[in-house]
Order: sequence, then structure tokens, then C-alpha cells
Amino acid sequence: MATFTRGFGGRRDDRDDPRIPPGQTLVRDWPVLSAGATPEIEPSDWSFSIRTESGLHSWTWDEVQALGVEDVTVDIHCVTHWTKLDMSWRGVPLDRLFADVETSLDYCMVHSFGGYTTNVPLDELLDGQAWIAFEADGEPLTPEHGGPARLLVPHLYFWKSAKWVRGIVMQSDDEPGFWENAGYNLHGDPWKEERYW
Amino acid sequence: MTVLDGNALAGVLIGFLGSDPTVAALRCSGCRTVGALAGTRVHASPMGFVARCPHCDDVLVTVVGAPGGPWVGIPGARVALDAD
Amino acid sequence: MSAVEGLEERITPPTSAALRRRPAWHAATVAAVSPETPNARRIVLDVPTWPGNDPGQHLDLRLTAEDGYQASRSYSIASSGATTSVVLAVDRVEDGEVSPFLVDAVQVGDALEVHGPLGGWFVWRPGVSERPVQLIAGGSGIVPLAAIASAHADAGDAAPFRLLYAVRTPEDVFFRTELARAEAAGVDTTVVYSRRAPDGAAVPAGRLTRDAVAAAVFPPDAGALVYVCGSTPFVEQVLTWLGELGHDTTDVRAERFGGSA
Repeated sequence: MATFTRGFGGRRDDRDDPRIPPGQTLVRDWPVLSAGATPEIEPSDWSFSIRTESGLHSWTWDEVQALGVEDVTVDIHCVTHWTKLDMSWRGVPLDRLFADVETSLDYCMVHSFGGYTTNVPLDELLDGQAWIAFEADGEPLTPEHGGPARLLVPHLYFWKSAKWVRGIVMQSDDEPGFWENAGYNLHGDPWKEERYW
Repeated sequence: MTVLDGNALAGVLIGFLGSDPTVAALRCSGCRTVGALAGTRVHASPMGFVARCPHCDDVLVTVVGAPGGPWVGIPGARVALDAD
Repeated sequence: MSAVEGLEERITPPTSAALRRRPAWHAATVAAVSPETPNARRIVLDVPTWPGNDPGQHLDLRLTAEDGYQASRSYSIASSGATTSVVLAVDRVEDGEVSPFLVDAVQVGDALEVHGPLGGWFVWRPGVSERPVQLIAGGSGIVPLAAIASAHADAGDAAPFRLLYAVRTPEDVFFRTELARAEAAGVDTTVVYSRRAPDGAAVPAGRLTRDAVAAAVFPPDAGALVYVCGSTPFVEQVLTWLGELGHDTTDVRAERFGGSA
């Protein structure tokens, strides 16, 4: 029944740019989206842990940094239709943390300070597909953007790049995290527009 | 991201929480406080709405606006509707 | 008093069928526009199928672009009663998607859609109770409270009424005419200016304080129903102060508009 309103502008159609997934619009700023209050965590209070069926592995801030920080430039795609191209980040590849972790489980539940969770298959966090990231666009991550550290998984919609990340719990099934329970897609591939259930 | 209250859900929750969602009574499963939806803390962003208990901050209601209509979750509460 | 009993008292009592207006989507046409403040515009909508609304209710306004893109925002309604003329006052939000369009571009004759009337919690109706009513507005939070004050004045309602209205400068006052009429009808009105007060004002400009709130509002033992509306930080601050001053929170209803103070 929609009535068009004269003069109200729609979004730019960026479909022709092959770097922009379907349904996305290019932005140059960096919108802030959140489901709750912003945690304020100092690096000195921060730790990251991976819980497997056999035990718990933990790293302090300095221990994660010591695994080797690299520079990456990636495109990020938010399910709310904005895309940011060529964003520079600094972080530690998750491969380096999982190098010492033995598990037969295939799925991860990523946990954040503040209670947020999101699920990702383990094989989509390895092989150079994911980082624990500390800096974006040359600056340390601010709390509103998930600092001091967030997950970065750019090949999936950006809600999977959990802000204020604090650890991973391995799981035998692809159980849904917070937004996946609320209605968003379990997987979240922007190129297949896997947005909702 | 904006922090509002349950008045902001008056439109989108019609049919899920009766014809006037703002007066629906919610009992928080976490702290057992009872209050009207209008009094909940609502975090609104393009991702969706998250209504939290004003006392213990537990998530009471989630709303995700999919193209076919919203997905509404009530993971953290029991609801009693006002007599229509 | 148990939590459930307190809740039953808080819930708006059942009303007659004539007053229960079910929300629906309605086609609307802009009938009139006028500047309300340097940053806000009064918009009168003609909504032929509008069932009327209670004082304090709001609507969702939806704009559709030619490519089908839609944006929707909530706006409190300044008018009330059984009328097909719906009055809004829209404040321009910096970098907003919808309000700059409504404040700067929309013209008489333009078509849009509204969903409502919404929200039976943050309402007051004349003739239901003679309890005193305290209205506390911050900036554009005056919109639903002006609807309530006007309904009180128009009905010749007997309940004691007070309004505390916090704004930045005299130019930011909304609904000057309607509020003057309400004051003439007995609404005890205090306007507090945070940045600049009118020439010759008895009180100089300054941020709202708890003492100023205490001086302006009914005392806690008056048993007043309190309605607070404005930005989220404004509402949170006022609610905290009301609690500290001894007001019963079950008598206080709030509507938060988001944003910063």
C-alpha cells in the first residue's frame, strides 16, 4: 500500500560495483550499532580464552600481542546494508591462538564482555579468515566500536565480528548466538545475502 | 544506537503483545520484577530492538525487522496482556 | 502493596469502546506547515481515516522513496480527540535521515503514511481522575505534554496541573500559544532556560538542577501523577531526582526520545 513521498531520497544503488555485495550501500563513516550498554574494559583487565572439551586456554593482552600482530586491509559488510571498503585493521590471526588448541568440535560460540554472543564454524575462523583486532583505521579501537579488542571476520556480515570479545567456547553443533536467536541468519554470508532466517 | 523505553515498541509489537503493547505486563525471568513494557530500557539500532529489564538489565524482548515482518523473541520474560 | 497490585493501579483503567481506538496504517496528506522554532516545524496532517487519539499518544510516520526504500520514525502527537487533523512538531536531528526532510523539504500536499494511534501507557485523559498532574518536559519532549495540557484546558478539567518545561533559549519554546492558553486555564507553568533566559527574567539561565525541580513540582505527598518526556539523558536525570526527592516511582511515567541532552 506504500505511498511514495515526493522528494524523499532513497539509497544509492551500488549494485554495479563488484566489490559491494547485493543489497549493500557504500558508506565512508562507521556507524555504531549496539544491543546494550558499552562495556569499558582496560587492556590490563582483558583476557581471551578458548574453552574446548578438554580444557581452557587463556591469554592476557600482552600474550596475545606477542603472538604477532599483522596489518590487514579488508572490506566490511553490515547486515543493516552498509559496506565499508578498504578498511585497515591491526590484529592477531586466530590461527595463531588455535595453533596450540586441540579440539574435535567444529563450531564456536564467541563470547563478549557484556554478554553478547555469536556463533561461527571453526573452519571459518581459521586459514587467515579471522583476527582478534585492536586497531582500526590507524587508531586503537574505541569502546563504542568494540575496543579494546573485537573479533574480525570480514567474509561474514559484520555482526559476527563480535565487539568486546573475550573468548570462544567450542560447541558440537552450530548453536545460535544472540542475534541469530533473535532472527538473523545462522551463517551470514553477504554474497548470498544470508541476512535472516 | 539509541536508548529509549518500551513506548518505542508500541507500533512494532502490535499483535504480539496485544493491541496496546506499552501496557502489557512483563515479569523478568531474571529478577522477577513486574512492570509495563513502557518502562523497559530499549536499545534501538538498525540491527533491531532489545528491551532490557530496568532493574537487572536482562534481555526481555528482541525484535528483528525482517522483510516479511518482524521476528519477535521474548527470551527473558513472561507476559500478561491487558484485558482487551 | 504487592508488585502485582501496584501494577494494576499503574495500568490505565479500561475505557469505553468509543475510546479504544485500534492502531492502523493511514494515508496522510500534509495540510499545513509552519516554523515552530528555528530548528523545528509544526506539521498538520489531514488523515481522513484517523479514529482520533488520546492526549500523549504517538504515531509512526513512514516515508517511501520512489525506489521503494522506506524509513519510519515515531512522533508524539500534539493534538488529541476525535479529529482527522493530526498535529506534529518535528525537531531537526543533525544528520538524521527523516527529520531534516520533514523540517526542510516537505510541502503542503505531500503524501505519507502514519501508523497509529500508538501507546496507551503515556496518556492522560480528562475526567478520569482528579489527582494532580505534574508535567515535566525537556526540549521537544513538550509535544505529548502540550497535548495533555491542552486537553485539560479544553475540557475545563478540575485536576490541579503543573508544567515544568526546560529549554535552551526562549526561541526554542514550542507551542507558545497553546501553553499560554493552558496557563490561563490554570496550568501552573515554570519555564527553565539552560543557555539564555529572556531579558528581565527573574531567574538567570542555567542547567536544570534538582533544587529547581523541587521548587517547581508538586511535593511528593500531593499524590500527583507525573509525566516526564524528553531526551533519554534528560528523562533519566529527572527520574533520579524525583526519586531522591521522595516521589513514588509508581506514579511517574516517562517517554524517552533518545539522543543526547
